Amino acid sequence: MLTLGSLGFTAPWLLLGLLALPILWLILRAVPPAPVRRLFPGVVLLLGLKDDEQVSDRTPWWLLLLRMLAVAAVIVGLAGPVLNPETEDQAGSGPLLIVMDASWASAADWTARQDALDAALAQATRESRPVALIRLTAPEQTAFQSADTVRARLGGILPAAWEPTEADMTRSTEILPEGAFDTLWLSDGLARESRSELLTALKDRGEVRVVESPRSLIALHPAGFDAGNVVLTAQRLGASGERTISIAAHGLDPAGRPAVLARVPATFAADETTATVELSLPSELRARVDRFEIEGQRSAGAVTLPDDSLRRREVALIAGRENREGLELLSPLHYLTKALAPTADLLDGALLDVLPANPDVIVLADVATLSEAEETAVLEWVDKGGMLLRFAGPRLAASDVSRAAEDPLMPVRLRAGGRTVGGAMSWGEPKELADFPQDSPFFGLPVTGEVTVSAQVMAQPDPTLADRVIAALTDGTPLVTRKRIGAGQVVLVHVTANAEWSSLPLSGLFVRMLERLSVSSASESPDAEDLAGTIWQPVSVLDGFGKLEKADNLPGVAGEDLAGAPLGSDLQPGLYKGEDRSLARNVIGADTQLAAMAWPARIAVGGLVRPKETPLAGYLLALATLLLVADVIASLALSGRLRGAGPTVAGLALMLMPQDAPAQSTSEEAFAIRAASEVTLAHVLTGDTALDDMAQAGLFGLSETLFFRTSVEPADPIGVNLETDELAFFPMLYWPITPDQPTPSDEAYAKLNAYLRSGGMILFDTRDADVARFGASSPNGRKLQALAAPLDIPPLEPVPADHVLTRTFYLLQDFPGRYNIRDVWVEAAPPDAELVEGMPFRNLNDNVTPVVIGGNDWAAAWAMDARGAPLFPVGRGYAGERQRELSYRFGVNLVMHVLTGNYKSDQVHVPALLDRLGQ
Amino acid sequence: MSQVIPLRQSAEEEASHLPPLLARAEHLAGTVLLGEHGRRRAGLGDDFWQYRPVQAGDSLRMIDWRRSARGDSQFVREREWQIAQSVMLWVDQGASMRFQSDKNLPSKADRARLLTLACAIMLLRGGERVGLTGGHLPPRSGEVQIARLAEAFSHDTDEDFAAPEARGMLPHSRAVFASDFLGNIDPITHALTKAADRGVRGVLLQVLDPLEESFPFKGRTIFESVGHTVRHETLKAAELRDRYLERLARRKAELSQLCRLTGWQFHTHHTSDSAQSALLWMWRAIDGGR
Repeated sequence: MLTLGSLGFTAPWLLLGLLALPILWLILRAVPPAPVRRLFPGVVLLLGLKDDEQVSDRTPWWLLLLRMLAVAAVIVGLAGPVLNPETEDQAGSGPLLIVMDASWASAADWTARQDALDAALAQATRESRPVALIRLTAPEQTAFQSADTVRARLGGILPAAWEPTEADMTRSTEILPEGAFDTLWLSDGLARESRSELLTALKDRGEVRVVESPRSLIALHPAGFDAGNVVLTAQRLGASGERTISIAAHGLDPAGRPAVLARVPATFAADETTATVELSLPSELRARVDRFEIEGQRSAGAVTLPDDSLRRREVALIAGRENREGLELLSPLHYLTKALAPTADLLDGALLDVLPANPDVIVLADVATLSEAEETAVLEWVDKGGMLLRFAGPRLAASDVSRAAEDPLMPVRLRAGGRTVGGAMSWGEPKELADFPQDSPFFGLPVTGEVTVSAQVMAQPDPTLADRVIAALTDGTPLVTRKRIGAGQVVLVHVTANAEWSSLPLSGLFVRMLERLSVSSASESPDAEDLAGTIWQPVSVLDGFGKLEKADNLPGVAGEDLAGAPLGSDLQPGLYKGEDRSLARNVIGADTQLAAMAWPARIAVGGLVRPKETPLAGYLLALATLLLVADVIASLALSGRLRGAGPTVAGLALMLMPQDAPAQSTSEEAFAIRAASEVTLAHVLTGDTALDDMAQAGLFGLSETLFFRTSVEPADPIGVNLETDELAFFPMLYWPITPDQPTPSDEAYAKLNAYLRSGGMILFDTRDADVARFGASSPNGRKLQALAAPLDIPPLEPVPADHVLTRTFYLLQDFPGRYNIRDVWVEAAPPDAELVEGMPFRNLNDNVTPVVIGGNDWAAAWAMDARGAPLFPVGRGYAGERQRELSYRFGVNLVMHVLTGNYKSDQVHVPALLDRLGQ
Repeated sequence: MSQVIPLRQSAEEEASHLPPLLARAEHLAGTVLLGEHGRRRAGLGDDFWQYRPVQAGDSLRMIDWRRSARGDSQFVREREWQIAQSVMLWVDQGASMRFQSDKNLPSKADRARLLTLACAIMLLRGGERVGLTGGHLPPRSGEVQIARLAEAFSHDTDEDFAAPEARGMLPHSRAVFASDFLGNIDPITHALTKAADRGVRGVLLQVLDPLEESFPFKGRTIFESVGHTVRHETLKAAELRDRYLERLARRKAELSQLCRLTGWQFHTHHTSDSAQSALLWMWRAIDGGR
């Protein structure tokens, strides 16, 4: 093989053929183009004319060039050019171990990795090397087998959503196969301490080659919250120039469909590895976000799941007494406000005013009695999932609320007066908190001695009391009690919300307790201590590509692990649900730093992609064919023979083009253009072919007659389908009646009525010579009545002698068709039409009559074939021809009437006009 | 029997050419009549032309008594076109006329026949007698003659450039010759001088295809007449253009010179132009020769 740069030739000797090109040039140049034969009557005038110069016309240089290029392309193509030929490759022998990190960081270019793996396996197949494969994220005992077997499983090898843990690495080191082997390590490029141990073990066995992706890895940190905005931080591996990424917030839209709720671009400065962007979202929208994702990065690291931390709870704070100026620290709401303000939206206002806002939590601090309306409304709200948090206080202690019977909005009955301990006038020490019981939501929170209670309201012992206590004092008296109502709950803290009765509101425990009650949501990811003792059930987990999957079949995770343990197959990144709230465990933590792996210098590190070997022969030969086709066309054009070929070429091109134009609309358009470009008569298709043909021929005859006799020059008539075709284009419709034609649909009738109202005319023809007189019971007459019943037809009368139809073009008394019956019905004259003295006719309707009804079988009398010969006999002899002539005249009058309206009737005004002109 | 059916078939085929030509010619004729002559077409009888005083030799029957009663002298009511004029037609049926440079243009023969037939229809309606030169179809009047003319026009001949037929021309009649007049000019000269000798005046209508006026050819070309009898080969057709056009202009000049000598009228019509304008010109030219 001959190699020139990145180009190789499999048959380089063929290139010598290029030397022949100049000779070909000379030969082709000398041959003149073939003569064109043309028919030309003026040739006699040319006889004897001599050409000025006797030199033959030469082929133009550009055509020669075209041909040369084609020949050159053929020669080079046959020489077998190959781009990036695979000349040499890392040869090896013996078993090959393939180690894949298979972490989330490899997911973004997983296809490239699989290609590289496939190429390595293909090579191993060629070299008959046995292959074993280890995924570090899921190490399994492996043995060397034939490369083809491994290759068959290739599609099923997927990246995990976590990085290999130390335990994984250790296990991988332990399960390395026996004997010496070479290693190909498909690394994800991230630095990990644990790599060195495995690397040492591998180097002991043989050659190690590392393949890494040169692509920059981008990961997304968990969404933070700052001053009302969502803060998103992306990090990349290695600062490599300015780059802009797009971060999308996914969630359910109001219709419940997954959608992109917001999209924000983030830009890495040229020498920065992090990019931070703030996203301002309305809180309603913010609450619906279920994940943020860097678009175009298909990896679990590019996805971050917000949990409740983005969800700002709405908390309504209502105190029993008015705030007095200057006594802020005594305000019952002061400590609550301080504790909740950073993480919740606080609502102020009267109870009935805040309820429509549907807050998540209502805090009643020392509110004793509620009005009946308030109580009903609050009860209903709690029943739907609201949480009512009540604090005790002097008022509650003094009131009779929940004294004799349990108040619906109190978890327990209270004893009168409450108690005070450890005060100046009482016995004993202030009481401390007992450890939280196991079934309490506070279980696991550390109880410190700093919280003391000096006064409280006391719960009345009840059978249900034990179940309702979720926090108690060391002497066993309840401190916090809870009762579930429907989907919601009522919690009573038996001390005040300020520091009057206890030091609880001053302690950090108070805030954590509020978090556990999900009155507030944690602003930062909770630490192990916060989550101690809780069990979290995975709701959905991320796969390596960053796709959320249901996690119903995974076991629950202890809170401590969730907070601190590294991700692995036991703790997969995803969304976990606790008792009242949910927590997300993301691949990238808030303080994760991406660092590139620095491999020891002895290890060969290669890229994923190598230029692919591309044979070019096919392209070159195709190019040569194209050039030759161009040459054919150009030669034809030169010799002037392309004119006839033009349409053929265009037709071929059309055939090759994708036919995706909607045929329906084009046919409708074609119909509209055909019907509207000329005056066109139309008949209604009845479904009876013979009758439709007859109507078509009749209207054709009438059109021809109009064409010759009048200035109306109609196009060929059209048969219209009432159901599908637009009627507005036609001045009149001829509707022959058969007893068995289908009745049009309601839509068609609506169309017909619109047509009649907008000035159209229908000529109904029962074609039965009206033997039974109009309206009586011939089959066609009955059918006509049935057909016309839904139509908007005015009162009718037989054509009066002074109707404008009798004189629009010809003067007529009769309206014969193939039959000659006088009764033809048109719109009746208005009742007040009177014959004026001296006028030949009355001033009748102003409009065109919408229908003309008769039975004279006009179409048959009009019908003519393409040569103008009548198709049907009319009458006998000359009288018959006369009748046909009159039927044509009727047709002409009818069309004139349709087109000109009552123009001829306006002649009644002629005397008045003449009078006015003084004639 | 076996011969009747092919005969019948070919007769039907031939007849099928007629109605379109007739119809188009009638339509064309109708437009001109409507435009120029108005009501004359619907006239009730012979047209009034003028009153003139009675001259010696006028019979008493010719005196218009109503007019004469108004005054002392007697008047004769003269009517227009009381004597029918004979108009002889000749349309080139040669192969060269069957040339059309473009699908959308009619062939020269088509246009020549259409114009001549339309002219004949107008003349026949005006009461003239119309026939063909050469004695095959002597001049007659009446609507039936239209069909006969149309039938006669539908026969093509094989020869390439037909010579005008000047035989059988009635003295002092009118004549219409329609052709491309590209063939030998001697027969044309002969026909026209012969006609002029007999006192026949008329119209020479040259029908040309636009291609024959533009000569847009290039490169090596073999030109052939439509009948494939004449051919001329050139290596550079574009070079010939000017000389060809010069020859064509000379041919036209010769023809119009010939017409001036013989009292005929000459007009060149291109198939790309409207037939109506050519018909108008013909009508005026014949009317003027009255």
